[in-house]
Amino acid sequence: MNPDIVEAVWVDASVEWPIAVLIETAGLSEAELRELVSLGALVPRDPGASDWVFDGEALIAAQAARRLRDDFSLDVQGVSVALALLERIRGLEAELRRLRAQGVDLHR
Amino acid sequence: MKFEDYYGTLGVARDASAEDIRKAYQRLARKYHPDVSKDAGGEEKFKRVSEAYKTLKDPDKRAAYDQLGAQAPGQDFRPPPGWEGQFGDGEVAFDDVDFADLFARSGAGAGRQGTDRPLRGPDYEAEARITLEQAFAGTVVEIHLAAPEFDRSGRLSRVERTIRASIPKGVTDGKRLRVPGHGGKGYQGGPDGDLYLDIVLLPHRLFRVDHHDLYIDLPLTPWEAALGAVIEVPTLEGPVELKVPPGIQAGRKLRLANRGLPRPREGAGNLYATVRIVMPAELSERERDLFKSLAAASTFDPRVEFRSEADHESRHR
Repeated sequence: MNPDIVEAVWVDASVEWPIAVLIETAGLSEAELRELVSLGALVPRDPGASDWVFDGEALIAAQAARRLRDDFSLDVQGVSVALALLERIRGLEAELRRLRAQGVDLHR
Repeated sequence: MKFEDYYGTLGVARDASAEDIRKAYQRLARKYHPDVSKDAGGEEKFKRVSEAYKTLKDPDKRAAYDQLGAQAPGQDFRPPPGWEGQFGDGEVAFDDVDFADLFARSGAGAGRQGTDRPLRGPDYEAEARITLEQAFAGTVVEIHLAAPEFDRSGRLSRVERTIRASIPKGVTDGKRLRVPGHGGKGYQGGPDGDLYLDIVLLPHRLFRVDHHDLYIDLPLTPWEAALGAVIEVPTLEGPVELKVPPGIQAGRKLRLANRGLPRPREGAGNLYATVRIVMPAELSERERDLFKSLAAASTFDPRVEFRSEADHESRHR
């Protein structure tokens, strides 16, 4: 029997998560979330708004924050540093992928 | 169910102190954690390490585990009689059930069973490995999960689940998609978790991928490069004819607009064909003669810069 086909949806800049949904989905407390925002690790759509709304990129970062917190017993400050470093690594990997795709020989 | 040697997983002695166990876990977590590790099997290793630590860090669970753990690793494990009442009538499939799940359930007041509050089900994560053609057109992937689930009577077992998920066209390598409500079951009326799919793009024989742009090498003969040519170039939608202007240099990129991967909502990346000028491995006698005639007739000097550099240096020596 073939199970029904379910739809996989985008988790990117196009989707919106109100703060309450992000807290539940990511498994962070509101205080942790607010601290991550104040440290610049998470960025709401409109930081000046009274009710923060986050996009899919923020959700992915918030989920990584929860894993880092739980699995390494990091405090919020440690989590924000780890997230910043992971972000830099992702940027460098993207640059490497771009150079490889363009055929730049990286083995010289 | 096979007996899992948690002490062996963490690489500590059976009488290791709580501090030694914590340190061993932290060292292995740092090595294998999927967020920080490049280890290919890191995620699987981290799951085992994490499962071992969840049990051994808790004195009660560790004591319970030690009581069961008189058996050798890998031996078939028969749950003690007392467990059957908790986990069913003995007909439940025990295969592959994490010890950690069992201990979480049996621990007095520990884990999710200790609360009557509705809890959201856990999120699951799986890799979806797809071809470039599938990313281009969209596809359906079949995901197999072995998920620990409690049935209505509260019995825990590992349930094989198959989920067929449609992947929209235009995904790129590393993209994460969400299948809402297909993670772990919620507890006490809490919502179900979500399933996250990490897209892994399999390497392609011809195309290299950077986000939505594709790159292909375009090998040309020296005369095609010199004289120009119309070349048939493969794309993901089938071959197209590409006009190569005369006198093109090696390394030049020719852009085939919108022939890359589609973008999520509209538009598409480009396909870039990078010119390579290729020599025949062996020349026929006729070819050699023609090249000799060309060599004799041509005044082209590709190394003007070398010479002016040398002149420049000799003047200043």
